[in-house]
Amino acid sequence: MNDTKITSPVYNRVRIDGPTRLSELPLCGKINLRGNPRNKQFLTATASVLGMVPPIQPNTRHMGSTTTLFWLGPDEWLCHCEISQTETLIADLRSGLDGLHCAVVEVSDYYTVLRLDGSHSAALLSRACPLDLHPSVFGKGACAQTRFGHASIFLHKISNAPSFEIQVRWSFAEYVWDYLVSGMRALAASD
Amino acid sequence: MLIIECPWCGKRDQSEFTAHGEAHIARPGDPYKLSDEEWGDYVFFRKNPKGLHYERWVHSHGCRRWFNVARCTITDHIYATYKPGDVRPEVEE
Ligand SMILES: [Zn+2]
Repeated sequence: MNDTKITSPVYNRVRIDGPTRLSELPLCGKINLRGNPRNKQFLTATASVLGMVPPIQPNTRHMGSTTTLFWLGPDEWLCHCEISQTETLIADLRSGLDGLHCAVVEVSDYYTVLRLDGSHSAALLSRACPLDLHPSVFGKGACAQTRFGHASIFLHKISNAPSFEIQVRWSFAEYVWDYLVSGMRALAASD
Repeated sequence: MLIIECPWCGKRDQSEFTAHGEAHIARPGDPYKLSDEEWGDYVFFRKNPKGLHYERWVHSHGCRRWFNVARCTITDHIYATYKPGDVRPEVEE
């Protein structure tokens, strides 16, 4: 009925300045999962649907071929998957976890994911993010909820290239985008 | 700038956290048994010590979990951070 395509404020944007590339990634499926990791049934059911148990170690992730499960809290995880898988995964999780004290919530279009590539990316993030992003501390696979300026973000270092994924609420996406671009401009001007 | 140790995420910058006042205030089991004065005391009155204070903090830009902090209100020195439900640690001032 309604053909209106609703997209994030930075839909499909790409910005390249010198060695730095900032882009919005295509919409991926995002599932917020809550449950008790000490409950065997919770772990087994989650593993049978997602192919992996939720990571218990804070700020780490488990990666499958099409899904990634990130630690968000001692009883909370975030699953990234292909958008086409989302509905099935949610249905399977809900039926597998039926009867347990837990929650499975789709948040695919609550957040968008930006990708920042290039040798300056850690420096650009450090303008407004208080985490220590030195590769010896925040290496490949590290992930953390933190802030970028006034926006809460979820940061994931996907490679030591370096490349970062920045998950942010739609409503803050343009703010983060503009903040990063202003840094990219300043760097390009100083080169 | 303070570095605060979240009991889950580890050491993080102060700007990721929010303080929410005195910790270890137990909600009265049966509020109807309390006089207005006792209820008012529970709802509104808080300690405001000069020195060691046990406080509730939340890692608002991080894991969004609540925890407790033993902090000196004069020097801002943090003696300990601990999970909700943990016994309040004895600290040497
Ligand atoms: Zn935390």
